Amino acid sequence: MEGSEAIAEAMVAAGCRFFSGYPMTPFTEVLEHANRLLPPVGGVCMNAESELEAVGMAWGAAATGTRSATGSVGQGLSLMQESLSEICFAQLPLVVLNMARGQGDYFQATRGGGHGDYRHIVVAPADIAEAVRLIQLAFHLADRWRNPVLFLGDYYLAHVQEAIEVGALDFGPLEAKDWALDGSSSGSGRAKLISPIIPVKRNAPEPVDYGTHLASIGTRVAAMAAQVEPLVETGGLEDAELVVVAYGTPGRYVRYVVGRLRDQGVPVGFVRPVTLWPFPSAAVAAAAEEARAVAVFELNSGQMVDDVRLAVLGRRPVHFIGGISFDSSGFGIAPDLDVDVVSARILSTLDQVRKEPA
Amino acid sequence: MTRRTVVTRGIVVIDVDACKGCDLCIDACPPGVLAMTEHRRNARGYRYPVLSLGCTACRACAQICPDFVFQVWKFDQPATTVVELAVDRAPADRAPADRAGADRAAADRDGTP
Amino acid sequence: MTLPVVPSDRPPDQPARLVDDFTPPLILPGEHHMCPGCGEPAAMRSTVEIIDELGLTSRAIGVFGIGCYTGFSGALDVEVLQALHGRAPSLATGVKRARPDTVVFTVQGDGDMVNEGLQEVIHAAARAENITCLLLNNGVFGETGGHMTATTVLGQRTKNTLEGRDASRHGYPILIADLLAGIEGSAYVARGATNSAGNVARTRRMLKAAFAAQAAGLGFTFVEVLTMCPTGWFIDTAEAPGYLAEHLAPVHAIGVLKDVADDG
Repeated sequence: MEGSEAIAEAMVAAGCRFFSGYPMTPFTEVLEHANRLLPPVGGVCMNAESELEAVGMAWGAAATGTRSATGSVGQGLSLMQESLSEICFAQLPLVVLNMARGQGDYFQATRGGGHGDYRHIVVAPADIAEAVRLIQLAFHLADRWRNPVLFLGDYYLAHVQEAIEVGALDFGPLEAKDWALDGSSSGSGRAKLISPIIPVKRNAPEPVDYGTHLASIGTRVAAMAAQVEPLVETGGLEDAELVVVAYGTPGRYVRYVVGRLRDQGVPVGFVRPVTLWPFPSAAVAAAAEEARAVAVFELNSGQMVDDVRLAVLGRRPVHFIGGISFDSSGFGIAPDLDVDVVSARILSTLDQVRKEPA
Repeated sequence: MTRRTVVTRGIVVIDVDACKGCDLCIDACPPGVLAMTEHRRNARGYRYPVLSLGCTACRACAQICPDFVFQVWKFDQPATTVVELAVDRAPADRAPADRAGADRAAADRDGTP
Repeated sequence: MTLPVVPSDRPPDQPARLVDDFTPPLILPGEHHMCPGCGEPAAMRSTVEIIDELGLTSRAIGVFGIGCYTGFSGALDVEVLQALHGRAPSLATGVKRARPDTVVFTVQGDGDMVNEGLQEVIHAAARAENITCLLLNNGVFGETGGHMTATTVLGQRTKNTLEGRDASRHGYPILIADLLAGIEGSAYVARGATNSAGNVARTRRMLKAAFAAQAAGLGFTFVEVLTMCPTGWFIDTAEAPGYLAEHLAPVHAIGVLKDVADDG
C-alpha cells in the first residue's frame, strides 16, 4: 500500500478515533484514507473547512479523552500554530501530521511556530515501516505527556508504495484520562475544566494563577527533554573519519550511500535522528568525538545543522552539505535527493576534511 | 391620607455589599418595590436597593442582577397589609424618573436596615 | 408616597420557601469581575438555570471563547473547555462529534464570534452541527476597553470610532443571527436581550427552545443575547438598558428568527 494509507491504518491501529483535516498536497491522501477507515470502527473523520478549524476540532475531541489527530503540510501547520501552542498549555494529547514539502519545516517542527514557551515531541520516519511504528509511538507519547507530538513526514513517505503489514503495538500502560470531559462531573461541585489559561475552577482546593501555570509548562518541557528517550539510528561509526547527519527520507539516502561507500573502503558513518525533539545530542556528540568532522545533509538552507552544532559544541568542524532543492512542482520532490549527488558531496567533504589540520 | 391594601407574596434578601449600584433591578421589578438609596452606601461605596411592601417573589430582580445580590423567598400564604399613604397615588402610577427620586428619598428617610 | 420599607437582611419570619438563591446552583459562589451594570451575568445565569431545568446538567459541556465572560469558565459548576478567541465552534464540534450524547454549548462575545471567528460559526451552522452557540453581543470588544466589532452599529461611539461608526470608513454591522437563520443547517435561531425583566424572560424561553432542540438532535441552534456594556458605551449604568433599546435593538432585532420545530 502507499505510505498515506499505511499511516492512516497505523493511526486506527493505535486507537485513533478522531481525525480532522483539510486537503493539501501531499497530506490529502491521509485525509482520504482516514475518511474511509474511521467510520467502520466507530471513529470520526471531519473534512474541516480550514486548517484552523481542523486543529480546533481535534482539540475538542482530544479534550474528551479520545485519541485524536490532525495534520496538514507545513503551510497548513503555519495556520494552526496558535492552537498548537495553546494545546500544550492546556495539557492535551494530540498527534499532528506534517506531510511536509521538503525539509524546510525543521524549525517550525522543533522550535514551534507558535507563541510562548512550549515544545512538541517530534518524530521523523525514514520509511513506511518506521512511519507505521512511529505513528503509534506518537499516540502513546502524546497520552503519556499530555502534549502534542508532531509526526514529520514528506511527499515520498506519502506516495511511495511498500508491502507492509500494520499491526497494533503496545508501548506499555498509561494513566487513565481522569481529566477528560464527558459532561458527567457537571453539577457535582467538582466540574472539570480544561484550559490553557487557568486549569482549575474558582473553588479548587489549591488555586492556580496564570503566571504559575505558564511556569509549570516550562517544568513539563524540562521533564520531557530529560525523560523522553531520543531515538536515533547510527552506522559505521567504529572507524568513521566523517559522520554524516541526516533525517527523514534524505536520512534513508545517506544510510544507503554510506553503506555503499563503506563497501568501497571509505571510512564514513552516519547518524540519523529519529526524534528531532528531544534531539539525540548525546549520540551526535559521541559520534563526532570519534571522527574528524561532521557533515549535515538536509534539503533546506540549514536548520538541523544548528542542533548538530549545539551538540558538537565546537569540538569538531561541522560542514553543511545540504541545500534547498525543489522540482518545479514545489511539492518536495528534490533533484538533489539522488544517490550520486549525495555520494559526491560526502566524498568531496571527506577530501576537504583530510586536508584540514587534525 | 388614603388607605391601600397591599398584598405581599414574598421578600428578597439583599446582599448589600455585593451590589455595584447599577440600578437594573429598579426598573426590572414589576410592582416597583425596589428603590436605590440616595445617600447611604455599601462597604465599597455603591448605592444599593431597599425593599418595600408588595414583593411578588417573581424573581425578575434576581434574574437581571449582574452581581447576584438577591435571594428570593415566596411566602406560603400571601400577607395582606393595610397602609395609610400620604399622597393618593400608587407607586406604579408614577412616571419612572419621578418614582425613583421619591423612592430614594423615602428609603433614606426610613430607618432601613 | 412610597410603600413602607421592609427588612431585607434576613429570610422571612413567616413560613416561606426559597425560590432563588443568590447564586444559582450551577454558578460557584464568589465575585466575578464584570463591570457594574454588565448584561452578561444575567445571560450566564439564565443559561445554566435553563440547562438545569431541562435536566441536561450531567451531560453539559461549555466551550468558552475569550472576552469578559471568560471569567465564568472557572465559575460555572459545568464542565468547560476553554477555547481561543473565535475558535469555540470548532472545539465544540470536536467535543460533540466525539461524544454525541453530551449537550455542548459555546459562550462567545461579538468580537470573538463575529470578528475573529466568523467562519467557524457559519461553518458549524452549515454542517448542522448539533451544538448550541451563544453570542453575548454588546457591540464592542469589552475586555480590551470598548473597541469596534463587526456588530457595532452605525453612529456608535467606541474607543476606536470616537466620532461614531461611519459606513464610509468602517462599513456596516453584520447581523449574525440573520445570517445564520438563512443557513439550512440551522434549526433554531433567536435573539434576546438582558436589558429588562421582560427581555430576560423572553431570552430564557429562547434558551429553553435552543437547548431542547439540541437535545432532540434537530441541528445547529443559536441564541444571541444583546447585553449592556455601560463601560464600553461610555454611559452610566442606569442609561444602559435604554441605550440598548434605542441603538442596538433596532439593528439587531429581538425575536425568534428560525424554528424548525415550529412549522406554523
